[in-house]
Amino acid sequence: MNRRTVLAMVTGALLLSACTGTGGSSKGAEAKAADDPSKVSGTITVLTHRTDLVQDGTMKKYAAEFNKTYPKVKVEFDAITDYEGEVKIRMNTENYGDVLMIPAVIEKKDYPRFFASLGTQAERSKTYRFTDYTTVDGKVYGQSPLGAVPGFIYNKKVWQEAGITDWPTTPAEFLDDLKAVKAKTDAIPYYTNFKDMWPLTQWTQVNGSVSCDDQATTRLAEGDPWAQGADVRTADTMLYDIVKSGLVEKDPTTTNWEASKPKLAKGEIATMWLGSWAVIQMQGAAKQAGADPDDIGLMPFPAQKDGTFCAVAQPDYNQAVNIHSEHKEAARAWLDWFTDKSGYAADNLALSPLKSAPLPAVMKPYEEAGVKILDLDDTKGAVVKSIDNQSEIGIYKPDYRQDLVDLARSATKGSLDDFLNGLGKKWTETQKSLGS
Amino acid sequence: MTDTTEKAAVKATAGAAPTAPEPAPAPRTARLWRGATPWLFLLAPLALLIVFTYAPIANMVAYSFTDWDGVSPELHYTGTENYAELFTRSDLFEVFWVSGYYLAASVFQIVAALYFATILSFNVRFRNFFKGVLFFPYLINGVAIGFVFLYFFQDGGTLDSVLGLFGVETDRAWLGTPESANTSLAAVSIWRYLGLNFVLFLGAIQSIPGELYEAAELDGANRWHQFRYIIAPGIKPVLSLTVILSISGSLSVFEIPYIMTGGATGTETFVIQTVKLAFQFNKTGLASAAAVVLLLIVLAVTWVQRRLVPDDKVDLA
Repeated sequence: MNRRTVLAMVTGALLLSACTGTGGSSKGAEAKAADDPSKVSGTITVLTHRTDLVQDGTMKKYAAEFNKTYPKVKVEFDAITDYEGEVKIRMNTENYGDVLMIPAVIEKKDYPRFFASLGTQAERSKTYRFTDYTTVDGKVYGQSPLGAVPGFIYNKKVWQEAGITDWPTTPAEFLDDLKAVKAKTDAIPYYTNFKDMWPLTQWTQVNGSVSCDDQATTRLAEGDPWAQGADVRTADTMLYDIVKSGLVEKDPTTTNWEASKPKLAKGEIATMWLGSWAVIQMQGAAKQAGADPDDIGLMPFPAQKDGTFCAVAQPDYNQAVNIHSEHKEAARAWLDWFTDKSGYAADNLALSPLKSAPLPAVMKPYEEAGVKILDLDDTKGAVVKSIDNQSEIGIYKPDYRQDLVDLARSATKGSLDDFLNGLGKKWTETQKSLGS
Repeated sequence: MTDTTEKAAVKATAGAAPTAPEPAPAPRTARLWRGATPWLFLLAPLALLIVFTYAPIANMVAYSFTDWDGVSPELHYTGTENYAELFTRSDLFEVFWVSGYYLAASVFQIVAALYFATILSFNVRFRNFFKGVLFFPYLINGVAIGFVFLYFFQDGGTLDSVLGLFGVETDRAWLGTPESANTSLAAVSIWRYLGLNFVLFLGAIQSIPGELYEAAELDGANRWHQFRYIIAPGIKPVLSLTVILSISGSLSVFEIPYIMTGGATGTETFVIQTVKLAFQFNKTGLASAAAVVLLLIVLAVTWVQRRLVPDDKVDLA
């Protein structure tokens, strides 16, 4: 009896203490750029998801290079494998490094609570891409050190063998090309990477490239992404048709991302929808598998507006300065140097965040074909995210596309129209409930 | 407990030896110490229990009344809104159908474990070897098992090649349709947990005194009779414990489907759904409510089961 009352009391006390959330923290701090590099000092910790670059010493090389300009700053790296999961929990404390990549889970409106501002958007957007992805009330809180452009990674040799010389310009044409690949070669025309899930989320990045509209994100926030003719519906319909026509791997449920890379390099897989960021990985896989890295090609989504292809520039993780950092100047110095001078974007064959920088060599085919690179207006990005979470659809998550693939290969019953219209209904209803 | 035994001891000495000199009453501090000793020993486990079990549960219950997203410093008290949402959205409970597969699997699992435990409790050749073989899967990390079985079920993987050896040419995606995926996953879970049930049963069977079998054999009982009238009633408490564990386990299946399919193709279980609500859609409040509901369901099932099968004392005499 006694023991029970004690326990109940302890539980009650814990319940009460649990209810008091963390208090509001300082808000609106700024990380100013230093005037004199030789005076900036301090030890800073940089949290990064690039465990590979920390392990092979590339990051150390960057730090050494950085120290030539900023001799008094000591940079330490904290490589985190499960970046999202771990940093999210660490952000409940004040100890989350000095410089970090902003986890996707953090809501935009909370940025000023967690990160120091880097300056006004009006100022920064003159020089940098992707500033509106982290802008709250006119101030910028993060900067992506590199960008990517979505596209189909394809094996040029296989496509040539199938007798295709030009990029398809409509989804129907693309489908015919995949059929030709299936008929004339031994390759799997398209690989879904269903089991690893995240490759399916890449399809959302089609948004903007069909309509060639830099307000594509705003249209997600205000309209129905699955309305007839909308970009996302076009993408999802095409994915459905590819799977429905049997142009994918035989058993999508046991795919393997790491194994898919050498397969594409060797021509066992013809196509995958990923992005320009994947080219360097595929080329690496090609070298390892003894195939020709030059066979890896990049092609835009098969849709044209007024005779030109469009592709959307996408930022990577945005780097930010911890608002609780004791060495904000040093942290800011690292962030700026890493963005402007490190050559990180070039090393990754990626799009530079500097507007003045030329397109990377990987994008040469895009440049030659006159593909228009769009910078999406992300003012409504936060609204899209909250509709997405609230409705549990997961437009940036794999689940609904897995259901779509299951539907297409008849593992589940139903029609495509019902499925997409259902998503649209859920989305617009949530939109209304959030708006009210 | 300690108090009563102490009193009984004092009484006994007082009654048995009235002439013997009374033992000097222990000084106050000493008695206090003696009373506190068990608690001192319990300090470490209790602290661990409170910090790692009760405190998180209390936190979870507290979160279930808020709209917290898991990271924002702001959280609002929303009353029972999360619970109302849970119970008005039927799609959140549909996933419990998946538990049916695991429930069916656990019936098979218990029967098989009982069978092997019975056989191996008698003198069988290579007895210890078989015990090891059966228990081994339980020792492997669940994540590793998930990955191993991914290869196992792969197109042209282990299962297909083994079946090929027997001349069965299968050409199917084992994880391809909801039915076959759930059946495959349930089979993996049998493989994994059979060992635990087996060891529990074996321990219980071996605690039955050996003379009983001898006596039964003299009376002309065969193996089946021995099982029916000696072993089965003898291990009844362990059997009912296993059933409770199986039911609550089936309701809260997580790691095997999460690693192998991530809940795709109709293999989503209630816990996977909860995890997704919390970490994918950032609805920590709603997910906490779901977790509380699952806890209550498991407690209710256990209670009902305890009512139906009361825990009698085993009496083999």
